[in-house]
Amino acid sequence: MATDISENESIGEINKYNFRTETHDVFKAQKGINKEIVCQISEIKREPAWMRDFRLSSLELFEQRPMPTWGGAIDIDFQDIFYYLKPTDHQGKTWDDVPAEIKETFEKLGIPEAEKKYLAGVKAQFESEVVYGSLKEELVNQGVIFTDTDTAVREHTDLVREYFGKIIPPNDNKFAALNSAVWSGGSFIYVPKGVHIEFPLQAYFRINAESMGQFERTLIIVDEGASVHYVEGCTAPMYTTESLHSAVVEVIVKKGARCRYTTIQNWANNIYNLVTKRAYAYQDATMEWVDGNLGSKLTMKYPAVHMMEPGARGEILSIAFSSAGQHQDAGAKLVHAAPNTTGQIISKSISKNGGRSSYRGLVRVEPGATGSKNNVVCDALILDADSRSDTYPYIEIMEQDVQVGHEASVSRIGEEQMFYLLSRGLSESEASTMIVNGFIEPLVKELPMEYAVEMNRLIQLQMEGSVG
Amino acid sequence: MTHVLRIENLHVSVGEKPILRGVNLTMTHGETHALMGPNGSGKSTLGLAIMGHPGYEVTAGSITLDDQDVLEMEPNVRARAGLFMAFQRPVAIPGVKMADFLRHATTNVRRPDRKEGEELIPMREFRAELKEKMAHLRMDPEFARRYVNDGFSGGEMKRAEILQLAMLQPKFAILDETDSGLDADAVRLASESIADIGRAKMGLLIITHHDKLLEHNPPQYTHVMLGGRIVETGGHELAEELHRSGYDRIRKTYPDADATNQEMLAVEASA
Repeated sequence: MATDISENESIGEINKYNFRTETHDVFKAQKGINKEIVCQISEIKREPAWMRDFRLSSLELFEQRPMPTWGGAIDIDFQDIFYYLKPTDHQGKTWDDVPAEIKETFEKLGIPEAEKKYLAGVKAQFESEVVYGSLKEELVNQGVIFTDTDTAVREHTDLVREYFGKIIPPNDNKFAALNSAVWSGGSFIYVPKGVHIEFPLQAYFRINAESMGQFERTLIIVDEGASVHYVEGCTAPMYTTESLHSAVVEVIVKKGARCRYTTIQNWANNIYNLVTKRAYAYQDATMEWVDGNLGSKLTMKYPAVHMMEPGARGEILSIAFSSAGQHQDAGAKLVHAAPNTTGQIISKSISKNGGRSSYRGLVRVEPGATGSKNNVVCDALILDADSRSDTYPYIEIMEQDVQVGHEASVSRIGEEQMFYLLSRGLSESEASTMIVNGFIEPLVKELPMEYAVEMNRLIQLQMEGSVG
Repeated sequence: MTHVLRIENLHVSVGEKPILRGVNLTMTHGETHALMGPNGSGKSTLGLAIMGHPGYEVTAGSITLDDQDVLEMEPNVRARAGLFMAFQRPVAIPGVKMADFLRHATTNVRRPDRKEGEELIPMREFRAELKEKMAHLRMDPEFARRYVNDGFSGGEMKRAEILQLAMLQPKFAILDETDSGLDADAVRLASESIADIGRAKMGLLIITHHDKLLEHNPPQYTHVMLGGRIVETGGHELAEELHRSGYDRIRKTYPDADATNQEMLAVEASA
């Protein structure tokens, strides 16, 4: 009862995700992508030469790579997208430095309140670049770095250079190459040896310019024996033209360290959300991805954990909700590259009003990864006859002495469950919302309270058909 | 106003199969009725038809509550109008906490005009009441945090149904074998609970094979169902007779209904 999260639910909240604030751009890039634009981005950011060269070689790879032929249908005109927008001349250090209209947007999102409550530091990505960030002194004193990646390239060059693009090289896939060429913003986190950050570090960001791609780049390094929980939430305003979000997130979890990365994304219906996320977990380290995907036109996202040394653990919890005109091709990848590694994937998908959810997952046990264990559970809930759910499990086992389990279930909301709730006075939509929230409850209870509330509220809005 | 639930000439089919063949039953608020009868005679069907289960099609007859047409109402409207059924085998709803479910249900039933999204009963007030009712039923407070009927033992399921009855305070309640699957102590507790909730404040229709449940809730009326009809109605002594001697006399007295009952059982077995 203590965690009853339906308290204070209100449909008055619906519109808070659909507003747009006018911004006055200091710099406005032109549409399209070529060498000049990539050089210009690098120049504006006053980047070192190695980063400019990294961008340029990534651009070549992007141009060479074919479009993926699997997943969902991608129809993007790459020359009709803005690759860089800069909202303000300089980055705000304190709340007072943040421009008024941006502040207004944040207020609508409730960020200052959230921060007052328990946030350690807020990095907010607004039109490609972080404009406001704060970090508790205590963390700074402990040597924790939490900044936007642009700043990190300038101020922590050696650290960034050592890891940037090493977990996800530009030639990994076409969209990783694109991100590597035009990336902007994103979070950089370094947690020194043995430092435990007790509260989740959070980033809110939103796409707020029409036809604008957002290519943030996040790099997290958790040093030996340290731990961090990073949370990103996202609610995009609704637009009619195509929009592309293509992020790259790289995480390094060193010996005995622990990282949890939580994402709740609720994209507008016209957005392609094509994201590459990968972590390397070393000896006895634990990496957890908690990934909630709502909205978007097409999401293709498969957070990965490569267990590189003995005793590493990888855990991925994934929720996908697709409604009319939406295709969620989401899943997970676990690669057991060392003995006695343990991996688990739990995936829950919901399809409604003709939406399509696919689970696409890879489990690979490499030669020599003896004594490794892997378990995959994927459950799909289909709410009506027009909706669709598919499962594409890829399992590659190259070692004998391993335990691998895979369970999958597909269900529809049962007539008996519905009748039971109706017979207690619930409306049909209250009942189906409750059943859906119950279905994802095992994952939602893993979220920080605030995000659990938001997740349930987003589900409620989706069920009422008011969003997406 | 004294509430009246009136069932007239009710015919109900499941799929193409007729089950109820002209049931007449009138209950007044404050009365306790026992509904007895051999397996397959249509007792649960009557309850589910009253609640509006979509699988149970009313082909003829009427159900009214205080002269309002119940058959016109969706199941949730029936619940808000004051009808309740404690199910024999309540379905599990994984991931949905009892407290959350009950708070929605209680709010809707007490405020029948509530639109979705409107406020629920204040959390503090609701918790206090739930806690009190649970204590009364000797239920562990932790129970409120469990998922609805998920992994419940038989006894827990029945107890959860009684808790809902206590929270929702309906005008009329149908208890479908709320005593089955319970040991003697649990049956006693269940019967006492029902008596505590205040049978005088409801009209009760108790579907049972057991005498214990009736011991604490002595029925003013006992109805015997056979072959989809109520063939005999008596007082408390009829329930006692049936419990003591079984249905042989009933079967012999109403051979046509008995033949129908056998037929229905045979169809069910072959289905």
